[in-house]
Amino acid sequence: MKVTSYRKGDAGDFAFTAENEAVARAVVARYPEGRQASAVLPLLDLAQRQNGGSLSREALNYVANYLEMAPIRVYEVASFYSMLHLRPVGTHLVQICRTTPCWLRGAAALTDACKAKLGIGLGETTPDGKFSLVEVECLGACANAPMVQVNDHYYEDLTPERLGDILDDLAAGKEVAPGPQTGRLTSAPAEGATTLKKLPEKKPADPTGALTSAAGEGA
Amino acid sequence: MLSDKNRIFTNLYGQDDWRLEGALARGVWDATKGMIALGRDEIIQRIKDSELRGRGGAGFPAGLKWSFMPKQNTGRPHYLVVNADESEPGTCKDREIMRNDPQRLLEGCLVAGFAMGATACYIYIRGEFYHEAVRLQAAIDEAYAAGLIGKNACKSGFDYDIYLHRGAGAYICGEETALLESLEGKKGQPRLKPPFPAAAGLYGCPTTVNNVETIAVTPEILRRGVAWWTGLGRPKNTGTKIFSISGHVNQPCNVEEEMGLPLKELIETHAGGVRGGWDNLLAVIPGGSSVPLIPKSICDTVLMDFDSLRDVKSGLGTAAVIVMDKSTDVVEAIANLAHFYMHESCGQCTPCREGTGWMWRVLTRMVRGHASVEEIDTLLDVTYQVEGHTICALGDAAAWPIQGLIRHFRPELERRILEYRKHAPAAAE
Repeated sequence: MKVTSYRKGDAGDFAFTAENEAVARAVVARYPEGRQASAVLPLLDLAQRQNGGSLSREALNYVANYLEMAPIRVYEVASFYSMLHLRPVGTHLVQICRTTPCWLRGAAALTDACKAKLGIGLGETTPDGKFSLVEVECLGACANAPMVQVNDHYYEDLTPERLGDILDDLAAGKEVAPGPQTGRLTSAPAEGATTLKKLPEKKPADPTGALTSAAGEGA
Repeated sequence: MLSDKNRIFTNLYGQDDWRLEGALARGVWDATKGMIALGRDEIIQRIKDSELRGRGGAGFPAGLKWSFMPKQNTGRPHYLVVNADESEPGTCKDREIMRNDPQRLLEGCLVAGFAMGATACYIYIRGEFYHEAVRLQAAIDEAYAAGLIGKNACKSGFDYDIYLHRGAGAYICGEETALLESLEGKKGQPRLKPPFPAAAGLYGCPTTVNNVETIAVTPEILRRGVAWWTGLGRPKNTGTKIFSISGHVNQPCNVEEEMGLPLKELIETHAGGVRGGWDNLLAVIPGGSSVPLIPKSICDTVLMDFDSLRDVKSGLGTAAVIVMDKSTDVVEAIANLAHFYMHESCGQCTPCREGTGWMWRVLTRMVRGHASVEEIDTLLDVTYQVEGHTICALGDAAAWPIQGLIRHFRPELERRILEYRKHAPAAAE
């Protein structure tokens, strides 16, 4: 049997809240026994949320101890994934999608507007700690380009003006509803769907039923 | 145009209820027990007969992939892992399935998992899809509560668990072995193959990794019959497909269409046409950022399926159509993609780690024309040095868009270089 020895990391006074501890236990239970390392991403995400948006050395060590992993295994994971932050970020992390589908529809103008509005460059945080600004790679909402992610929310079909208004609202402590900012329905064509104009006929399903004979044809 | 009655994703835009009640009314989970009653071999045979090809990019025959799983229980768990790490630039279809029709995916997880002898399923969703993950988890909870999954799923006698796992931002985790590494709690760095996941995948156990859309269409093929599915599309390119249309079109959208539909018809029927009209088209990237672009002359006639696009040295990939009109700086568009691959390279293999950055830097100079004409061939040569010399296909994916650019737009690259020299002769060398 391979035995790797390591020193436990110092978690300082970081610990999951009782509520997060319950969440963490439920997450670990999703994986087979002895495979608790699988929970490292969900638990780092949880720790990051509890820690105000970034991971301190103590938080990393805490997760390592929690999952009985060598601290270095957690550090290398934390530095690999773009959603895990090792330096403090602002209350609102503004992530502008810069990849080609958004770029074709004006992502660069969104970046310029944010820089001007917030008075900071990419990778910087406003002095009041409210906003951090970064460019990220494709966020997978290309039919709603250009778009920006702020914390957990996608804001889609943006113009620089609309994004400016969103930042104003967020700065004022208001909630802004995520999704397309033009009133459009998800990723349907803006002037209305070309398909599925009528809701399909309802035919209640019977999960325990048998297949119809048509299903067997052609096999 | 595909008629509505032949559509699988009848709630693609979320115009109807995404919850279990709404899904049942749309016919999801109908006769699922009957599908399981067919038995493993019969389900795999029917999926093979349907010629369903994977929807995640490579287009590998799904039934064949499933048949690689051990026929007998090896005494270890067997896994189905669903790849919901949708990150290929241009692609935004799986997101709509997961947030608007999640039960369809879960039904597929059960049926496909049963067919390959899996005992549990993990759905690996990209971390940025936070709201989609919340909704998918709610759908999983509903399905458990209704007895559709879990112990004695759909009263079929088959026990099956489905778990959701959120990633944390890494394109490379869409590569199947990197995904497995990530799911095991490591950095997402691809594994050498063989062994293939069907022999040693998640936790060293037999595993099959499939794309969300591939899994989600499976029950409908079994329900409506193979003949229905193969009646759509063209031989070896059968059925329907969700196309994501982005870029310079009047109305970017997702739409489910028949495979083999002409590209021009797809864009004009559903996406409101190219901005400024069809003649204003410059080029299209037809299958997500990893496939080479095709210029307008090819777009005029090409059909949207695996084999037609392969014949024009491009690919269907994820069927994400990125449209560029004549106002586009095509060199910068590809340089932008080169930046993407540089950022997303996991750093494991030297040709990719070093090559992606090198290619981006050279292309960035070429945007301004600050290069020599000979460097175009050097760049092309480097793409061939990267392609095929890495553990996973990210190296290939980084190389192909640049090869496509040089294949179709070499005169434009040369023009910029000569133009730059004219104005700054000393700086050109």
